[in-house]
Amino acid sequence: MLKLENVVAHYGNIQALSGISLEVSEGEIATIIGANGAGKTTTLKTICSLISPTSGKIYFQGKDITGRPTYEIVEAGISMVPEGRRVFPRMTVLENLQLGAYLNKNRQQVKSYLEEVFTLFPVLKSRAKQVAGTLSGGEQQMLAIGRALMAKPKLLLLDEPSMGLAPKIVESIFDIITKINCEGTTILLVEQNAGMALSIANKGYVLETGKIVMSDTAENLLENEKVKTAYLGE
Amino acid sequence: MINSILAVSLNLITGYTGQLSLGHATFMGLGAYAATLFTLKLHFPFLAALIAGALVAAFFGFIIGVPTLRLKGDYLAIATLGFGEITKNILMNLKITGGPMGLRGIPKVTNVYIAAVALFLVIFSLNRIMNSRVGKSFIAIREDELAAEAMGINTTQFKILAFIIGAFYAGLAGGLYAFLFRYINPKDFGFMKSIEILCMVVLGGMGNTYGAVLGAFIITILPELLRSVSPVIAQYRMVFYGLLLVIMMIVRPQGIMSAQALEKKKYKSSLEKGGL
Repeated sequence: MLKLENVVAHYGNIQALSGISLEVSEGEIATIIGANGAGKTTTLKTICSLISPTSGKIYFQGKDITGRPTYEIVEAGISMVPEGRRVFPRMTVLENLQLGAYLNKNRQQVKSYLEEVFTLFPVLKSRAKQVAGTLSGGEQQMLAIGRALMAKPKLLLLDEPSMGLAPKIVESIFDIITKINCEGTTILLVEQNAGMALSIANKGYVLETGKIVMSDTAENLLENEKVKTAYLGE
Repeated sequence: MINSILAVSLNLITGYTGQLSLGHATFMGLGAYAATLFTLKLHFPFLAALIAGALVAAFFGFIIGVPTLRLKGDYLAIATLGFGEITKNILMNLKITGGPMGLRGIPKVTNVYIAAVALFLVIFSLNRIMNSRVGKSFIAIREDELAAEAMGINTTQFKILAFIIGAFYAGLAGGLYAFLFRYINPKDFGFMKSIEILCMVVLGGMGNTYGAVLGAFIITILPELLRSVSPVIAQYRMVFYGLLLVIMMIVRPQGIMSAQALEKKKYKSSLEKGGL
């Protein structure tokens, strides 16, 4: 479904990704794990074209989407939940969600998507009028996920959904991610919390200083000695 | 009331879209000069000259917007400041604009009724814009540009659009100004005027149209009232603006009327409509 071939990306003169190749198949949860500064976020931003790659190709559903403007990529069916949630703080929960469906001009459809998101996150419905900046961290994360789902993505990119959240809330967020996947959305999850991420994923990539150093099924990675010592703290 | 139009138009750029512009008086000046020249040289009727002036200002808003809106925050402010000074100097040195002498002999057409109608139309159309998808995009860009882009909003395009609309209204205000004072001079549209407009917006409340109108009225009327108390105060009004801004930032950074005051009202209609 999504395929990266030798993607290289820079921030100014600094090389952040040095030739990344990965593949996400339809219906699965793939995860990229790695330490701070390994290039996880950069990879997602490059897929969304928020950063343009220096070289390499990105294919989505067989089509070359390298360097296409972000709005075309969203239209093609890729939505991102950015790192640190990034909700629109002074807009209401409802407006945040509506902006998620920004490219969809069919109001009836948007309304039904809104209902779906409210079913998935009942807490958002009760807080619909509230300004997003006043929500708790967990609720903001739910809002950020809900907002991305409003675009009815085929592929959902999640950047560090566990960041700064209490373990119990992280668990419920991960339950929801599994549920979203079961309903047919393919997921690419970027996480520092490697144990949590691998426990729900089908496939994992380990990223180190801009390179993929390991890729395997999630079960195998969980058993791998190197992964255990480096990322699982065992 | 002309000042209100200026404040409302800058509020669109700075208050709603979050792009700090320090050259707003320039667009007013371009509108004023264009409207005047269309009347004096080409004998356009009042209304046509006014709209032509606003369109010229909007066009320059586009020209300026395309290169500068790639800049962020402070850099954009400096670029717009530079653009304002350049335009002022061009107006001072061109023959057709009368150089530093300015242009005189403009017919007096603007009166309080015309200004009121113009202000009403500007506020009405702005409200329509702000309640639409376009308006929501402006606010989303202010709130979080990266997230807005990730939602599929073409942020560069919308920032330029905000600049164009803001410049159009400022040009309109400039035309009204020219037909009121019957004499225009490049100095009327310099940096000090830009700062004055910004003061109105900050005082009234960023991101609130009615706040901007209120701010404009206060900044316009207060020096006149104080002048009757003591002429010295009017002379030092720039000191007063600066002080006012500092005090506002400390005491009430969101302005007299905050942006949130409007949000609650909009919620219900927004829910009924479904999407944007």
